[in-house]
Amino acid sequence: MTTQKHTIEVERLHKRFGKIDAVDGISFKVEKGQIVGFLGPNGAGKSTTMRILTGYNRATSGVAKICGVSVAADPHFIKRRIGYMPENNPLPLDLRVREYLKYRAKVKEIPFTKRRRAIEQALESCDLLRAQDRIIGKLSKGFRQRVGIADAILANPEVIIMDEPTIGLDPHQVILIRDLIASLRGRMTVIISSHILPEIEMTCDQIIIINHGKIVGQGSPAQLRDTFIDHTTYQVEIAGTTKELEAALATIAPELQVERISDRDEDGFATAEIQIKGKRDYGERLFKTLAEHPHLRTRSLRSKKAPLEDVFLAATRRSWEEVDEKLAPPLASSSPKTSAPQGTKAAAPPPSQ
Amino acid sequence: MRHFLTLLRNEIWRLLISPSTYIAGFLFLLVMGFLFQWMLRVYTSDPQDETPSVLFFRMFFIPVFFMVPLLTMRSLAEERRSGTIETLLTTPVTIAEIVLAKFSASYLYYCSLWLITASFHIIFFAYAQRDTIIDPYPLIGGYAYIFLSGTLFLSLGIFASSLTKSQLVAGILGFSLVFGFIVIGSNVEDLSVLTSEQSLWLRQFSDHTDALQHMGDFSAGIIDTRAIVLYLSAALTFLFLSVLAIEYRDGTS
Repeated sequence: MTTQKHTIEVERLHKRFGKIDAVDGISFKVEKGQIVGFLGPNGAGKSTTMRILTGYNRATSGVAKICGVSVAADPHFIKRRIGYMPENNPLPLDLRVREYLKYRAKVKEIPFTKRRRAIEQALESCDLLRAQDRIIGKLSKGFRQRVGIADAILANPEVIIMDEPTIGLDPHQVILIRDLIASLRGRMTVIISSHILPEIEMTCDQIIIINHGKIVGQGSPAQLRDTFIDHTTYQVEIAGTTKELEAALATIAPELQVERISDRDEDGFATAEIQIKGKRDYGERLFKTLAEHPHLRTRSLRSKKAPLEDVFLAATRRSWEEVDEKLAPPLASSSPKTSAPQGTKAAAPPPSQ
Repeated sequence: MRHFLTLLRNEIWRLLISPSTYIAGFLFLLVMGFLFQWMLRVYTSDPQDETPSVLFFRMFFIPVFFMVPLLTMRSLAEERRSGTIETLLTTPVTIAEIVLAKFSASYLYYCSLWLITASFHIIFFAYAQRDTIIDPYPLIGGYAYIFLSGTLFLSLGIFASSLTKSQLVAGILGFSLVFGFIVIGSNVEDLSVLTSEQSLWLRQFSDHTDALQHMGDFSAGIIDTRAIVLYLSAALTFLFLSVLAIEYRDGTS
């Protein structure tokens, strides 16, 4: 259909291993140049979906298209357009980094005249120039991981699929890889899977949360937060008694509640978290009320974004409950609401991207 | 087949940089050297009907039994165990190219090891008495048979390796296949069960697949096209089966 706009189209993808549905009717689309993050607990079907996209595994049913061509119909067309880094990043341990990349460049059909530059570029963008003559088997995990990434981006493919690219890296290397992935935005379509949630949040335009082979949440980080987090939290550093604070909050609206309050520091300030059910903006009124209160002194006030972790937990927990209750509709994303975290009724509409 | 040479070069390069290649080669030549020396001792004690080279080739199956599994067990099983087969199969190479490259690399290594054993004969003739009859034709025939049968034995090994991800299982399986072909093939006619009329076809069949018989023929100078067809077609069959095994195990599962 819209082949120009969407580089990756997946429709009702299904993969069975024996009696287990590893991937159970996943559908999504990725626009050209987007960076997409796959999130999900272990065994959710992330790797299987990625393998189907690369043509390494065949789907039991459903269609996966890359650049408008079905993966099953023409695997060789697909293989010229993807860069893939599998889980655990397998590498031949007896080769040197440069040797390996040269071999991969040949196998990936990079023309002779461009080969040298492609290798040079991949080495440089993964900060591997210093290690290019070392034997892969003697490199540390971080270096190996970068060799795998260098291999994936080597041929300048249209789609890059990386299964947990930042696993086992130290914070500096994580930042390097994150910047590297971000620099691909617009040029290549990137799919990464990860367990490291802030990672995904910072780099990805779209996040797809998978659990039990089904998509349980999809959208940008902000959209996901909207869908799964049904409360607003303000954090305030305040000096004064808790009672006075609660009284002050009650004058604004009854649903404002002090969720947590820390111990006071030497200046008498404590950090209080104020939670409001539902999505409403009380920021300005809160600020005004607290500032004008005679006995309360406020040092800072900020609205606290729910971490993606909460979104992830909420989304996956919700799908667990669906499985438990055997409600299982064909697509989790269009399912009726069960319950969200903290046992509150979810107020937001289901994700429907 | 445009990637075949790239893959083959990579395979050969990895053989060349691996110390185990040289260790295996050294041990092979050591064993062959001992065999050759033992054979010469036999000749010094008693007069024999055959030339030393014929007797030497008659024992070809001893190194084949351990060399073929050792050479091939690693090829595809290791690739699968470490997961590099996944990175390889997601590039535009075909499975047939991979299997052929693995086979060709181990075949070249196998042949080069056997070629080195030719130096034994050269040394032997160089130091033999002046009046020794130098007859190179059994040697040529013998090596021709080694190279011909190598295609089948190594394809059996590659096939064993394509079935599993454990090198050990691949090694044992490869050994069993090669052992089965050589020993059972050449001894099946001695079984008393086969003397009956009904199993005549089996006896005829085993006559054709008798590796020791072929060896004898070749080193006596009889180049039998039936043997050539047998080894080459069987080798191709097992390479094809390896392609299918990889396609089945790694393509769909």
